[in-house]
Amino acid sequence: MVSRQADRPTGNQLIDSMGRYFLKRLWHGVVVILGVTVLVFVVTRLVGDPVKFMLPLEATAEQRAEFEKQLGLDRPIGVQFIDFLDGLTRLDFGDSLWQRRPAMQIVFEKLPLTLELAVLGIGLAFLLSIPLGIIAALRPGGASDRSTVFLSLLGLSVPQFWLGLLLIVVFAVQLGWLPTSGIDTPAHLIMPTITMALPALARLVMIVRSSMIDELNQQYVKTCFAKGLAFYRVVGVHALRNASLPVVTLCGWELIRAIAGYSVVVETVFAWPGLGLTAIQAIERDDLILLQAIVFTVAILVVLINILLDITYKVIDPRLKLT
Amino acid sequence: MADLNADSRAPHAGRLKRLLGELWRDKAGFIGVAMIAALILMAAAAPLIAPHSPTAQDLRGRLVPPVWEDPGSWKHILGTDHLGRDVLSRVIHGSRVSLTVGAVVVLMAGTFGVALGLIAGYRGGRADSFIMRWIDTQVAFPGLLIALIILAVIGPSMLTVILVLSFNGWMVYGRMTRGAVLSVRQTAYVEAAEMVGCSAVRVVLRHILPNLTSPLLTLSILEFARIVLAEAALSFLGVGIQPPATSWGLDVATGKNYMFRAWWLVTFPGIAISVTVLAINLVASWMRLISDPQEREKQFARQMRALRKKRTRSGLEEAASP
Repeated sequence: MVSRQADRPTGNQLIDSMGRYFLKRLWHGVVVILGVTVLVFVVTRLVGDPVKFMLPLEATAEQRAEFEKQLGLDRPIGVQFIDFLDGLTRLDFGDSLWQRRPAMQIVFEKLPLTLELAVLGIGLAFLLSIPLGIIAALRPGGASDRSTVFLSLLGLSVPQFWLGLLLIVVFAVQLGWLPTSGIDTPAHLIMPTITMALPALARLVMIVRSSMIDELNQQYVKTCFAKGLAFYRVVGVHALRNASLPVVTLCGWELIRAIAGYSVVVETVFAWPGLGLTAIQAIERDDLILLQAIVFTVAILVVLINILLDITYKVIDPRLKLT
Repeated sequence: MADLNADSRAPHAGRLKRLLGELWRDKAGFIGVAMIAALILMAAAAPLIAPHSPTAQDLRGRLVPPVWEDPGSWKHILGTDHLGRDVLSRVIHGSRVSLTVGAVVVLMAGTFGVALGLIAGYRGGRADSFIMRWIDTQVAFPGLLIALIILAVIGPSMLTVILVLSFNGWMVYGRMTRGAVLSVRQTAYVEAAEMVGCSAVRVVLRHILPNLTSPLLTLSILEFARIVLAEAALSFLGVGIQPPATSWGLDVATGKNYMFRAWWLVTFPGIAISVTVLAINLVASWMRLISDPQEREKQFARQMRALRKKRTRSGLEEAASP
């Protein structure tokens, strides 16, 4: 938007446009959180009945009324919504019914474990995807390319929870090399990290491959070879640097996917006590308050990572216009 | 009119034949299509093929291993589970849930997404910015967690799984349709149709929509694969299909409890999911290859190169032989 006004934006203008872009992204983030709020509110208060969900079937009518009053569900729906928003701004969702302490306290205990697993898994996928993608891209249609493409298709087709269970059966039960579940030693990290990495790795390899194929067909690559640069320099430095831009953004997306989706599955399989496993336990124990706290924490986290990602992308690729 | 129709049928048949020819040449795509056809047949004829009822219990024949392991027998080829139910029959019946959920979700999410995308792209203006903002917002939701909270509060069942997955998945179709409509809108034939007084609905459905068939078909197939995996994951987590119904994800979850004694319980339903999704993915990547003009060009170049090589080689042989 700004770059159209002057041919070359001055430093001040650039900062100004970055600031405006940042505000715009921030606003979008607020809208997303509001959207999640409305959705969760409509689902839990209007479509479903939270009291029926949280109390046992044999509860008496008085117990129900008492519980409704305790949760403030007997007030008008508008008041409840305002109250809910108010709690959200203070990050206060009330006490977990299961553990009888503030839900956010539990969330902050579990969050680092989820982040650790997600970052390790996506980091592993990123590190492996670049050499694999380059090897496939060097000879498109060749044997190594075909097998890489087939293996990534296979990686995308195997359900993540099943891969985790297979790893447990082979490496923990049959061979006895690794512990099945828990978080006590670094060895406990190996299988969850691999399981977390697999679908991301499969997608990233395909992207590295296709963007490297595109780059290697560019004129500048021919020029580099023509002037006698070493093979590894042309491929590993010149082409890779240009091909890596989409990969960096996609890694961010994979991180979001890992935190907001894969963590639930992987943590359940390996009994990794992060947010995902806690969400499933909250459902099993009918603890709607804890579940809400987890959903909103993850939603806010996703919004923040999205904003960071967009801004990094704009900074590392100045060709993009700020809109 | 009748003549016109009769004429236009001939090239259609030719096109189908050419398509099948191409399918035969791409072995991976061919295998994928064949496997999907087999799966659909299996799902349709499940009660006829399955050796036992998927819910018939046999408490004296619990946790029997598959036929090739010691106490296993031909009565239960893939063994039995903790209630003595036949694993093979459960795997065969499980295909029904996966394929039904996949097809219905693709249909529902696709219809909704394409409809909104058509409106956004064709109307433009306020409708466009409203729909696009809606899509941008919903794309940023943590999908699986939203699904968990909805399923937990409303109660899991096949219907709620279908609704939740459709709700989470329609945005891709909307974005893609809008983009395609914008690129087709300005073409001469669309303007001509508008000029001769076609109604907006007719222009959109008869003149714009047919152009989107092949990218939408490819997208739907990819989404189908994603939905099959999502249904399996939800059922595995205990918020999807509920017992006594049969689902591959559900069977893996029950097998998990007997993992240390009975490896076959988690293995076979997992293989069924993987094979199904792999088949769909193979078909999708083949579809992308044949419907993308750039890819077609590359393929043509490759064929020509191979042909030239063959010719020069046979020429050399001819020159050398006498």
